[in-house]
Amino acid sequence: MKTNAFAYHRAASVEEALGLYAAAGEDARYLAGGQSLMAALNFRLDEPSALIDVSRIAVLRGIAINSATIRIGAMTRHAEVAADAGLAAHVPLISQAIRHVAHPAIRNRGTFGGSVALADPAAEMPACVLALGGVIEIAGPAGLRRVAADDFFLGLYETALQPGDLLTAVDLPVPPPGTHHGFAELARRRGDYAMAGLCLMIAPDRASARVVYFGISDRPVRARAAEAAIVAGAAPAEVAALATDGVDVFGDINAAETTKRHYAAILLRRELERLDAGKDQAA
Amino acid sequence: MTLSSYDRPASYIGASVPRPNALRLLQGRGRFVDDKVLPRMVHAVFVRSPHAHARILFIDTAAARALPGVVAIYDGADMAKVITPWVGVLTHLSGMRSPPQPALAHGVTHWQGEPVVMVIAQSRALAEDAAALVDVDYDPLPAVCDMEAALAPDAPRIHPQLDSNLCWERKIEVGAVDAAFADPSATVVERRFLFGRHTGVSLEPRSVIGDYDPSEDRLTMHYSGQAPHMMQSVLSRHLGVPEARVRVVAEDVGGSFGIKIHTYGDEIAALAASKLLRRPVKFVADRLESFLSDIHARDHRITARAALDADGRLTAVEIDDVTGIGPYSVYPRSSGIEGNQVVNLIGAPYDLGAYRARLRVVFQNKTPMCQYRAVGHPIAMAVMEGLMDDLAAASGRDPADLRRINLRRDDSYPSASPQGLRFADLSHQACLEKLLVLMDYDALKAERDALRARGIHRGIGLVSMVEVTNPSPMFYGAGGAPIAAQDGATARLDASGAVHVSNSVTEQGQGTETILAQITADVMGVHLRDVHVTTGDTATVPYGGGTWASRGAGIGGEAMFQAARALRAQVLEVAGVILQAKPETLTLAGGQVVDTAGGAIRISLRDLARTVYYRGNELPSGLRPELIATRHYRVTDYPFVFTNGAMASYVEVDPETGIVTLLGHWVVEDVGTILNEKLVDEQIRGGVVQGIGAALFEECVYSDDGQLQNATMADYLVPMAAEMPDMVIAHVCTPTHTSELGAKGAGEAGTAGAPGAVMNAVNDALRPLGAATLSQMPMTPERILHALGTAR
Amino acid sequence: MSGSVTITLRLNGEDVTATVPARESLVDFVRERMGLTGSHVGCAHGVCGACTVRVDGLSVRGCLMLAAQADGASVDTVEGLTDSGAMADLQDAFHRHNAVQCGFCTPGMLVTATELLDRGGPVPDRAAIRDHISGNYCRCTGYQAIVDAIQHVAIARAAAKEDAA
Repeated sequence: MKTNAFAYHRAASVEEALGLYAAAGEDARYLAGGQSLMAALNFRLDEPSALIDVSRIAVLRGIAINSATIRIGAMTRHAEVAADAGLAAHVPLISQAIRHVAHPAIRNRGTFGGSVALADPAAEMPACVLALGGVIEIAGPAGLRRVAADDFFLGLYETALQPGDLLTAVDLPVPPPGTHHGFAELARRRGDYAMAGLCLMIAPDRASARVVYFGISDRPVRARAAEAAIVAGAAPAEVAALATDGVDVFGDINAAETTKRHYAAILLRRELERLDAGKDQAA
Repeated sequence: MTLSSYDRPASYIGASVPRPNALRLLQGRGRFVDDKVLPRMVHAVFVRSPHAHARILFIDTAAARALPGVVAIYDGADMAKVITPWVGVLTHLSGMRSPPQPALAHGVTHWQGEPVVMVIAQSRALAEDAAALVDVDYDPLPAVCDMEAALAPDAPRIHPQLDSNLCWERKIEVGAVDAAFADPSATVVERRFLFGRHTGVSLEPRSVIGDYDPSEDRLTMHYSGQAPHMMQSVLSRHLGVPEARVRVVAEDVGGSFGIKIHTYGDEIAALAASKLLRRPVKFVADRLESFLSDIHARDHRITARAALDADGRLTAVEIDDVTGIGPYSVYPRSSGIEGNQVVNLIGAPYDLGAYRARLRVVFQNKTPMCQYRAVGHPIAMAVMEGLMDDLAAASGRDPADLRRINLRRDDSYPSASPQGLRFADLSHQACLEKLLVLMDYDALKAERDALRARGIHRGIGLVSMVEVTNPSPMFYGAGGAPIAAQDGATARLDASGAVHVSNSVTEQGQGTETILAQITADVMGVHLRDVHVTTGDTATVPYGGGTWASRGAGIGGEAMFQAARALRAQVLEVAGVILQAKPETLTLAGGQVVDTAGGAIRISLRDLARTVYYRGNELPSGLRPELIATRHYRVTDYPFVFTNGAMASYVEVDPETGIVTLLGHWVVEDVGTILNEKLVDEQIRGGVVQGIGAALFEECVYSDDGQLQNATMADYLVPMAAEMPDMVIAHVCTPTHTSELGAKGAGEAGTAGAPGAVMNAVNDALRPLGAATLSQMPMTPERILHALGTAR
Repeated sequence: MSGSVTITLRLNGEDVTATVPARESLVDFVRERMGLTGSHVGCAHGVCGACTVRVDGLSVRGCLMLAAQADGASVDTVEGLTDSGAMADLQDAFHRHNAVQCGFCTPGMLVTATELLDRGGPVPDRAAIRDHISGNYCRCTGYQAIVDAIQHVAIARAAAKEDAA
């Protein structure tokens, strides 16, 4: 399992990266952490003409926190996300979820932006971004643009990214004090992709809720019927009964569609019961 | 416990010494096949069939050949000119048939993953580039991908020259089976078991370097495997190189578990390429092709029933086992042994009077299947122990009590099973009692029951089991296979007083070389560091069978013991002459010849050796000193030497998710004389975890048209550290009387018992919930939910 | 030619410059170009952990990283970590506990374990150890002896620190 032969370029800036892509054509790929890309290349599932290494572009790195927004640079490694005290304090959902991403060596190299850009339907970070209502910043030939998470995940491995676009950062609104968050996933083994996973954000006083499932559909999905039921004050079992209403659920090798719907309901019911019992997940 | 000669101070036999040959592995200085680089070496890559069954219409290699760095490309027709096909049948499995199998598919391809074209290039990457340019035109044929459908009278025949897809059938009928089941006072249970196909996933993939020297017509195979002499014979037979000019050398092997003991067409083709190209050729299977082409294992559909009389005694067992192999029976050990062991071993721990079995081994268009660790035992134990738990539940008895009633009595040997297996020196009752104490059975049951009341569902699963070890020639050699069932050891003293030993059993990490060194050091009275071990090289070791069927300690170790004792006798004879003393008054300790009485040092081994080697003039002319001895050993009294054990699993099942948490695992195993308890225990632990893989995680998932769906490490689930329990191991010791050391084998027992134990535990956990009994492995979360009636 | 890349890195403490095909993975680079065969390839898709090496002090899958990406980096393999003595107590513990059988997973397992132990902090319990090595496949040992060895070293190092304090 060796990759095909490709050219390798290292970009020092976003502009240079975009330029290299334009010169190389649509068979070029951006190389960030490489933890998903290199596996695909090793299997020859993808055979690029060129890799454009964006890992040295300084402006893509770092986590910046102000009172309203947390900005996570695309090249921020999962391990850096996991270790960031500011994230743990303000967005504990991510700090909790990141522990489920693969294994330490993968987290040392894999990147936040890479995970969001790939949008594996069973991945944790895209689901977190959707649950937090994040905004994805994209650099493209026409300049910078920003896409809300609700408009970003379009299909199986399909996002608002066009060929040549480079995801540069994700901005997450800082959840207000009193926000409840919940995270749970069911996987066959530690670090495996989830059979079913849940990211839950409930605003103070249940003014709003975002219920996001991963591992059950072709992308991270909001369960809007469940969200409405939470806001309406329904009991956990009642909310869970609507868990995947209106959600397209697809079975896979580990679980059929009916099993995944069942798991989705169980995860939601358990998280809501836990919150009701006052056992909020502390930062 | 009586003291024996093993209890001398600094006795190595029985000591848990760390492995001397692990140090280089810890420092990254192992020598695995892929670490080796030979001059002018080139690399082989295979174009493999994407179809379960297809005619090969046309192979176009022009574009591939034109790629720079490509050295040669060969197809099935090319290989047929230099490799004779092989037939994987054993004559003593009467009626078994299998057509000749070519190394590369020729004309027709019979399974997805079968090698079709071999591309040789300067690097693996270039060979893969070229392989991607090879164009093979296939005409897909009807594929037979279900073992029961394959037996239907109108099923397409995989091999037109055979009258059906049946490879082999065997029937056993002993005692009054029907009467036992018909008895109105009998408790009868029946279950249909499904055991998923899985594969070994050795971390080091299959790897070979063929190195042909045309100047001497010598072929060297750098081998990652278990049976070098067998491969020597295979290569000679099928590549036309005189056997004496074939050298097979195994250095470090990164796990094998039986996977690397079989004959693979891609490896033989790579060796043939070396002969044709007159330069070394390396082939290392990548992980994708490992899943597709390493032998698969298990894959049984079994209907089984058992009858219990009013006193709780087993009266009869009946099973029907259909097992689906690949399109060929694998060479040279045959793909019938797995099923044969199942029907042979069901009920072995128990006093059973009547038994009926039918085994059908069926060809399919899937990856070939053959022996993998514990061959047949996991199935046999899971079936019988599952029936025992069913009988316990149906008759209102505790599962441990039911086993107590029925296990062969420890004083009942020698005895024989209905299938004709002969038992001696076993300890089923003692192992069960020790297990129940070790795990605190009563306390665990109380804990389980208390937690049930709180909605936490835990279960206990017991297994009593046997394991076939130390096989005699009756196992393979009698059936015509070039597989030695005897092994040899040589021990010699060098001029420095160190002892060099070589042995025909082999090392794959279980500690073979360490126990050989321990035996030698013990007998020769030297420090372990002064024993140097060579294994795995047909050029330098005595002729023998290698390591399989848990025979390394029992057979290789016994040969080592005999050889070391012969060397010791030689040394003492010479010492007697040099020292003018009777040899009986001398002994060896600490690298010295010492007086047995009083321990006074008389001469060092070093000085004795130097006298013999350099100063023979000091010795009487009539003395012919030898400081080298070779002994061979085989088991003669019994076809195999059985071990026995008892095992327990404690699990918790989440009925809402179907996820099983393994809380504990206990094993009491009787392996006879224990040479190194730490090594034995770690073999058992590794085997248990492999068995847990079978019970909960591992399955080769095939589509209806014979496509393997989960051929990656992300999709085929092997046990990883976070889900595994700590395992408590203890022993009962009943030495075998078939050898002086009394050591039996230990390598496979963990794998044999664990699947049944975990299945019984899960069913115990779910029984109060009214769940259907789980009878399919792996017990995935979804299957558990379905048994509970959830999420259908 | 853009299909090749010239890289300079510090490999086991030694400065190395090489021109490599762009597609050459880091593990193939260390094994085949630099002759450091202690790191192994088990799956080439980052799941088994056999190829785990250390890059700039962090454990990394050598099969999912290009040698080109290691330009300017400091790379340590099991050989270098052995020669420096950085893992001596861990290797000794593995030896005593028989936490190595076939040895194929061992270098990757050692590098992974070293990362946990080098963190310092409170002694990890068995569950935390199992969690940390949950991405390193071993088919031989069943993991228990490996956990024993790592726990042994964690306790010993913590005790030594206490003594020194």
